[in-house]
Amino acid sequence: MTTTTTTPSRWKRFRNSYLVYSFKRDWIAQCCLAIFLCLLLGAICAPWLAPMNPYDLTQISILDSELPPMWIDGADPLFPLGTDAQGRDLLSTILYGARVSLIIGFGAVILQAVIGVTVGLLAGYLGGRIDAFLMRLADIQLSFSTLMVAIIVGAVIKAIFGGATYSAYAVWLLVLIIGLAEWPQYARTVRASVLAERSKEYVDAARVMGYRDRRIMFRHILPNTLSPIFVISTVQIANAIISEAALSFLGLGMPETQPSLGSLIKSGFDYLQSGSWWITLIPGTVLVVLVLVVNLLGDWLRDVMNPRLYKG
Amino acid sequence: MIAFLIKRLMHALVVMFVISVISFAIQSNLGDPIQQMVGQSVPESERAELREELGLNDPFLVQYARFAANAVQGDFGYSYFFNEPTTDVILRHLPATLELVIATTLIIVLLSVPIGVYCAIRPRSALSRLFMSVSIVGISIPVFLTAIMLIQIFAIGVDFSPFPADTGWGQWLNGALSTEGGMPSYGRGNDLTHLFGTWDSNFFSLEGLTYLVLPSLSLASIMLPLFIRLIRAEMLEVLQSEYVKFATAKGISRKRIYFVHALKNTMLPVITVGGVQLGTMVAYTILTETVFQWPGMGLMFLEAIQRSDIPLIVTYLMIVGLIFVITNTLVDLIYGLVNPTVKLTGKPA
Repeated sequence: MTTTTTTPSRWKRFRNSYLVYSFKRDWIAQCCLAIFLCLLLGAICAPWLAPMNPYDLTQISILDSELPPMWIDGADPLFPLGTDAQGRDLLSTILYGARVSLIIGFGAVILQAVIGVTVGLLAGYLGGRIDAFLMRLADIQLSFSTLMVAIIVGAVIKAIFGGATYSAYAVWLLVLIIGLAEWPQYARTVRASVLAERSKEYVDAARVMGYRDRRIMFRHILPNTLSPIFVISTVQIANAIISEAALSFLGLGMPETQPSLGSLIKSGFDYLQSGSWWITLIPGTVLVVLVLVVNLLGDWLRDVMNPRLYKG
Repeated sequence: MIAFLIKRLMHALVVMFVISVISFAIQSNLGDPIQQMVGQSVPESERAELREELGLNDPFLVQYARFAANAVQGDFGYSYFFNEPTTDVILRHLPATLELVIATTLIIVLLSVPIGVYCAIRPRSALSRLFMSVSIVGISIPVFLTAIMLIQIFAIGVDFSPFPADTGWGQWLNGALSTEGGMPSYGRGNDLTHLFGTWDSNFFSLEGLTYLVLPSLSLASIMLPLFIRLIRAEMLEVLQSEYVKFATAKGISRKRIYFVHALKNTMLPVITVGGVQLGTMVAYTILTETVFQWPGMGLMFLEAIQRSDIPLIVTYLMIVGLIFVITNTLVDLIYGLVNPTVKLTGKPA
C-alpha cells in the first residue's frame, strides 16, 4: 500500500472517521470507556496502587479478618473497603483480582479469535466438505452451551492433573478452557462475512493475478471482515470474564491464594450468613460494572459499525 | 419429510456416538476400577489377574463396544461415593432439577412474552426503555451473583438506614430500603409431596413453593433479558412486514394484528432459540443449585467432580448430552414442520 501526499495521515483519517464522530456524541459510550479504562489502569497498576500485596503472607494478619468497609462502624482506616476472612485488604485483593480476571478474559478471547478466525476463514473460503465438517462441529459445540463445555473441560482437566497442579497453572488452563469453549462464535461470524466477501470482484482479481489461497484469505478477505470481529470481540471479553468468574465460583478456577473476582465472590459467600456481606458484594459489584461497561461498549460498537452479524 | 426426519435422526445418533466416545475416553483414562475394588494389601499378581478377568486389557474398541452395549441398556456402572448404580443416583436427583427448570420456564414464558411484545409495540415509550436498560444490566450480572444478592435481600435481610430516623419521611425511606429477610434459601425444605418413584414435588404446598422462589428467580434472571430482547427484535421485524401493513389497511383491529397475526410469526425463531437455550439453562442449574444447595443434578455433578467420582461424572455427561441432543432434534423437527420455508431435504445454504 502506498500513501500519496494527498491522502491524510492515518491518525487524521481516524479522527475524522464516523466511529470517532459518533463516539463524541454518545455520552453513555464515553462514560463506559472512561470507567473501563479506569478499571484497566487500576488492574494493570495494581502492584503500585494497592496498599498491600495480597499474595505476600507476611503482610496479612488473621487478626484483621472480616473488618467492615470504612463507612460502617468498627472499620479500620487502614482498610478502606474492609478485609476478607483471611485478613487481606479487600481493595488490594480486588485490584489484583481484577487483574487476574482481565488477563484471563483477554487471553481467552485472543485464543478464541485465533482458532475461530482461522476456522471461519477456511470454512468460508474453501467451502465444500471442509466447510460442512467444521461448521457441524461448531454447531454441535454451540448446542451444548459454552459454559457447559467449559465446566466439563475444566472438570476433566482438574481430574487429570489433580487439584494442586491445576491451581498452580490455573491462569493458563482457564485461558485454554474458555478459549476452547467459545471459538465457534468467532468461526460462525467470520464464515458468514467471508461468504459475502468471497464472491466480490477483488477476490476474483486477486485469484486471476495468481495469488495463493493463503494470501487471499489472510491479506485480502480478513481485513474486510474486521468490523464484525471487533464487535463480537467486545461481547466475548465480557462473556469470558463471566465464564471465568463462574468457573472460579464453582471451584474450578483460580485458587483462593491467588484470587480472581470470581473466587473472591466464592470465598466471601461462605461468610454471607455471618453478616460480612462486603467480602462478596463489593467484588461482585466490581465484576458487574466491568462486564456491564464492556457489554454497553459492545452494543454501541454494533450500532455504529452495523455489520451483518450472523444470525443463529 | 421422511428424508429430513431420517437425516436429523442420523445426525443425532452421530452426536451421541461422539459424546459416548469422549465419555468412555474419560472413564478409561481417569478411573482405575481395580484400585476402587480391592484394598491396598492385594498383591500386584492378583490385580493383574483381576484386570485380565474384567477385560481391562482388551483393545480400546472392544472395551468401548462393551461400554456402549451396557450404556444402551442403562448400565453405567457404580458410583464410587454412593456405592450404587449411577443411574439410580441420577434418577434420585433429577426431579429437583426438573422442578427448578419448570418453575423457571414458567416465569420466563409468563414475563418475557408480554414485556417483549410491549417493547416492540411502543419502542419509544419510557417503560420500554426502562425494560431494555434493565435487561442489559440483567445480562451483565452473573447468575450466581444474582442468587447471592437475592439471598442477602430476601433471606438474610437488609438493614439500610442512611436517612434520619427521627423524621417521618426518613423512617419511611429507611423502611422501604430495608427488608425483613426470612425467605428460605437452603435446599428444598421438608414439606414435599410424594408423587411417584423418586419424585417428591415442591409444587403442591405453600411452604414447598416458597423454597422454589429464590432459586427459580435467579435462574430466570439470566434468561429473561435474553428472551425479552429476542421477542422485541423479532416482533419489530414482523411489524415492518408487508402482511402486517396489509392487515392494517384492511382495517383489522390493532389488538388482533399484534396478538394473532404478528405474535404467531414472532414465536417461530423464539422456539428455536428457546430450545437451544435449554442447554444453557442446564449449565446454569449447576451454578444456581450450588448457591442454594438445591439437591439436584447440578449440585450432584459438582460434588462428583470434587470427589473424583468418575462413573457418576461420565453418566451425567451422557444423560445431559442425551437431553441436549433430543431437544435440539425436536426443535429442528418442529421448526421444519411449522415453517414451510425451511428447505427440508436441500443442502444447508
